[in-house]
Amino acid sequence: MSAVDVPEQESWFHRNQQRIAPWLFLAPGLLFFMVYVIIPVFQSFNLSLYEWDGLGAAEYVGFRNYEDLYWELADRDAFYISLKNNLIWLIMYLLAIPAGLFIALFLNQTVWGIRLYKSLFFFPFVISQVVVGLVFTWFYDPTFGLLNEFLGFFGFGPLNVLGDERFVTYGIIFAGLWPQTAYCMILYLTGLNAVDPEQIEAGRLDGAKGGRMLWHIILPQLRPATFIAFVVTIIGALRSFDLISIMTQGGPFGSSRVLAYYMFEVALSEYGFRMGYGAAIAVILFLIMLCFIAYFLWSMYREERGH
Amino acid sequence: MFPKPIEKQPRGAQITYQAMLPLALLLWLGPLLAVALFSVKPAADFTNANYWGMPSSFEGAYNYGQVFFNSDMPRYLLNSFMITIPTVIGAVALSCMTGFALGIYKFRSNIWIFFMFVAGNFVPFQILMVPVRDLTLELGLYNTKTGLVLFHIAFQTGFCTLFMRNFIRALPFELIEAARVEGISEWRIFWYVVLPLMKPAIAALSVLIFTFIWNDYFWAVVLTQGAESQPVTAGITSFNAQFRAAYQLMSAGSIVAALPPVAMFFLMQKHFIAGLTLGAVK
Repeated sequence: MSAVDVPEQESWFHRNQQRIAPWLFLAPGLLFFMVYVIIPVFQSFNLSLYEWDGLGAAEYVGFRNYEDLYWELADRDAFYISLKNNLIWLIMYLLAIPAGLFIALFLNQTVWGIRLYKSLFFFPFVISQVVVGLVFTWFYDPTFGLLNEFLGFFGFGPLNVLGDERFVTYGIIFAGLWPQTAYCMILYLTGLNAVDPEQIEAGRLDGAKGGRMLWHIILPQLRPATFIAFVVTIIGALRSFDLISIMTQGGPFGSSRVLAYYMFEVALSEYGFRMGYGAAIAVILFLIMLCFIAYFLWSMYREERGH
Repeated sequence: MFPKPIEKQPRGAQITYQAMLPLALLLWLGPLLAVALFSVKPAADFTNANYWGMPSSFEGAYNYGQVFFNSDMPRYLLNSFMITIPTVIGAVALSCMTGFALGIYKFRSNIWIFFMFVAGNFVPFQILMVPVRDLTLELGLYNTKTGLVLFHIAFQTGFCTLFMRNFIRALPFELIEAARVEGISEWRIFWYVVLPLMKPAIAALSVLIFTFIWNDYFWAVVLTQGAESQPVTAGITSFNAQFRAAYQLMSAGSIVAALPPVAMFFLMQKHFIAGLTLGAVK
């Protein structure tokens, strides 16, 4: 460094630059994130111990909101149904991963126009869930929906998927699987692109084909893609709100509610502004998510150590 | 390449594959094509229960004209742009800096701050809902685009930081060391050395965030109401209430609402996919 005359007061900053700089760079983002994300999480925890209509004074009630939730669970009431549906969402939504892999394998060719096909298959992911919800509401419509036209062709139906307590959740999940599968497909297409051709050749020489090749040679190399597909699918399943709100508003008779939707209904709809109770539901949902978040972070941490 | 390239298969398999591609696509996009068909039909087709036949007349221009000139849809679209674009700029700007800080500097709490951003990004929206709504009310920003933008910027910073930090980690660190030896200040290193190298990451994040925010529905419902500030995802429900049972108009409206992110995707496909699949390949 040239010894130009740096004034004395600047040199402290200059000397400590590398220690201070990261905090200056972090400050705006960290401030925003704290105010809008991290602190509200704790505020919700606190709020769940109160009864509050959003306007008047909040009344401290201890764990009563959670007790009420427990009784709803025991009586198989709304909370029980939401929790059960969340579980169904979690399990069924994971089908997006094998389905995405299947489509990716189908499209992983180099024929003419394949790039356009890949883009068009990816299409549903780009569309908002609101529009997906509308599209599938019409798809299921008992009077003119494409599904019933199809069933009618084989002499079945009509089936009112969204009006039947037995089918409604599966109907909505199926709509959700459409964009989610597209996402998993693109992850796997990218992964397949990077599969080591030498290992495939070696496998072929050893006589591995089809399913065995996929299981023993391809899938292990697709692990990073599978991990991301798993993360985004779990998060997506627990965040399911838009589709339910658009397609059924939790109905019929509350049978398609999930925690995310039930919470919204309790806290911010015509059913009353029970903020504390809503916060308690949100805390439960958060704790479920936390198990997965902890697992994701743990995996990332191991990866970081590995580097 | 896996599966085995189709060119190396017998001729029969090749023809079958070529024939199956369009069929599979038709099946895959079926529900969407149905909506596209609905949007060019005249109202009479629906009253006559001619749902799936050919349109008795082609009314695409009329239907889309109704959407654009006889409804609140242009308003909602404009709102969506006015919410989405500032969010993209804000979130990308903030995360360039946080990503730089976490990607370049070694300090003890680095990994924990990074994990905090990542964990916050996975949190369910509902646990933020009541406090964020209150905060927005207190700031006097309820039912404004600004209120929505501020929250979106904050929340997206989580994902963007993850993205930027990993991208910066992969850059050659020698560049920064060399610059430091030259005595260049940290801010200048950020601005003149690292930022130009981040262009692909900035492009990828911009298209992703554009799509995420454009498609947001939950926060639009929680933080806004009414045509003066609601984006198109929330507006479409009132649009549909206005045109109840006019399926041709509801279909046209849905397609219009879905179009901008679709256009974005096709224009910036390479960046979009690079962004979405970050980390899918080691």
